Amino acid sequence: MRDFIKQYKKNKSAVVGFFIVLILLILALFAPFIASHLPADQNLADRLIPPMWEEGGVTTHILGTDDFGRDLFSRIIYGARISLMVGAISVGMSLTFGLVMGLVAAYFGGKVDLFVMRIVDIMLSIPAILLAIVIVSILGPSLVNAMIAIGIVGIPTYARVVRASVLAEREKEYVIASRINGSSNMRLMFKVILPNAATPIIVQSTMGFASAVLEAAGLSFLGLGAQPPTPEWGAMLSDSLQFITTAPWMIFYPGLAIFFTVLGFNLMGDGLMDVLDPKLKDK
Amino acid sequence: MFSYILKRLIWTIPTLFGVTLMVFSMVHLSPGDPAVAILGDKANAQSVKELRTQMGLDKPIYTQYFIYMSNIAKGDFGKSATSYEPVLDEFLDRFPATIELASLAMIIATVLGVLAGIISAIKRYSIFDYTSMFAALAGVSMPVFWLGLILIYFFAVKLGVLPVSGRLGYEFDIDHITGFYLIDSLLVKDYEAFWDALRHLILPAVALGTIPMAIIARMTRSSMIEVMKEEYIKTARAKGCSRFQVIAIHALRNALMPVVTIIGLMFGSLFAGSILTETTFSWPGIGKWLVNAVYQRDFPVIQSATLIIATVFIAINLIVDLLYAVINPKIRLS
Repeated sequence: MRDFIKQYKKNKSAVVGFFIVLILLILALFAPFIASHLPADQNLADRLIPPMWEEGGVTTHILGTDDFGRDLFSRIIYGARISLMVGAISVGMSLTFGLVMGLVAAYFGGKVDLFVMRIVDIMLSIPAILLAIVIVSILGPSLVNAMIAIGIVGIPTYARVVRASVLAEREKEYVIASRINGSSNMRLMFKVILPNAATPIIVQSTMGFASAVLEAAGLSFLGLGAQPPTPEWGAMLSDSLQFITTAPWMIFYPGLAIFFTVLGFNLMGDGLMDVLDPKLKDK
Repeated sequence: MFSYILKRLIWTIPTLFGVTLMVFSMVHLSPGDPAVAILGDKANAQSVKELRTQMGLDKPIYTQYFIYMSNIAKGDFGKSATSYEPVLDEFLDRFPATIELASLAMIIATVLGVLAGIISAIKRYSIFDYTSMFAALAGVSMPVFWLGLILIYFFAVKLGVLPVSGRLGYEFDIDHITGFYLIDSLLVKDYEAFWDALRHLILPAVALGTIPMAIIARMTRSSMIEVMKEEYIKTARAKGCSRFQVIAIHALRNALMPVVTIIGLMFGSLFAGSILTETTFSWPGIGKWLVNAVYQRDFPVIQSATLIIATVFIAINLIVDLLYAVINPKIRLS
């Protein structure tokens, strides 16, 4: 563990990524203390106020207000909660199903493998955002359904990663030894093989978090995810479209929040890949 | 070689079958009666029943699937539930717009991405390398719709040099010969319209091309660095080739092999990216068509658009795989 931290610290961009994610976590956890207003608080007298350093800005609204007079800074802070929740839940969902599918496919091999991987191939043959839109159009637009859609869309990628790394471990001597000792299939799969095949899965989950946040913002931007007045960054951008000439700050800052969140997780994933398994790089 | 192509072709059949099955079951998976969804809640029982019969919803599900498939085989994708136009006609109307956008995006991404990758690889650890690789990482993390909005703000609103949205100014009227405005305007020698169409294309194409550009740049760089270490590069240098010759002739050709694959695969995903870009720029292509259909719960359109986009995506992947087999002797000869 100490070795890991030492190696990780050496990787500058990974450290930057870690700090971005840390800041996000702090913002999300302490949102009520950091934000100056409640995210849904409307005040029509204060609508479309520019950020405080621009002409006409006021110090009580740091990043200005939107068309309902809601404080943009506070909405972005509370938005961190939503994005992290979306990321965690959809990654958790993709990971759980992907893990079981990949593990079963690689461990049992043969027809089971062929069948599971065919399903994976079919899912991967449809572009992720398209599949997500299809699922949301079946379930109806809402943040929860968007999370489910993104979770489902992610499953095949995780299944592939898990399968590849389990296949690499399956025939190793410690597994055979444990099998000879009489370990059950379940024990072999989850207790013996999985911990040793975890590295690529951890890397994939970190990167997957980034794409989940991005996809959720995309769906909400299209009006298929979070619905107003939820302070979701993508939904905020979609509202801002009609104010592009009069209130450009409504466009800049929610987008910047998405950008930094995705960048943070991508940098962290890149760094983890470097430290945990340099061989994975450039593949 | 032949057996590889045959095998690859045969494998697409279950994939396509799976996609049609998924698209077909959409209507049945969505909550509520599809007939009620079309007619509205206030429809009387008699008309709902008639529509169900008309749509074939009263037949067993496997018969419905069979009818659906045989209609598609005949090129009948059904009618839009909102405009009552044949879905295929609506699709063909909009497809050129998306292709035009995706093609320009891909040209921008490939030219700039490959160039940045090569320079980064040659001048490794230089300021250019660091800047372009950071930009590439930033490009991957950028929401495409946000980038689109920023571009609109700076180039259309602030500077006023490029149009905000759409495909062509209202003052122009081009005959739909091919559906590609750039080509059509040149065919009728309307250069002003060509210039206007190009100006409308630039911002969405840049927005859509950014992510592929970032990926291509990173890929070219790492592949180029790998190749420059090879023995044959040393040989080329030893026999007195100029630096340019070594890079352009010996290294680049080999380094571009994996890049070509990525470019092919990206083209498929560009269609998906165009959904967000088209919505941002009000670009009248299939992406915006699909999103509007989702708003209106127009299932025939959603189904067909999904099926067609997925098929195009699968076809492109297939072509890329086959082309790769042709260029790469390791696969060709195995």
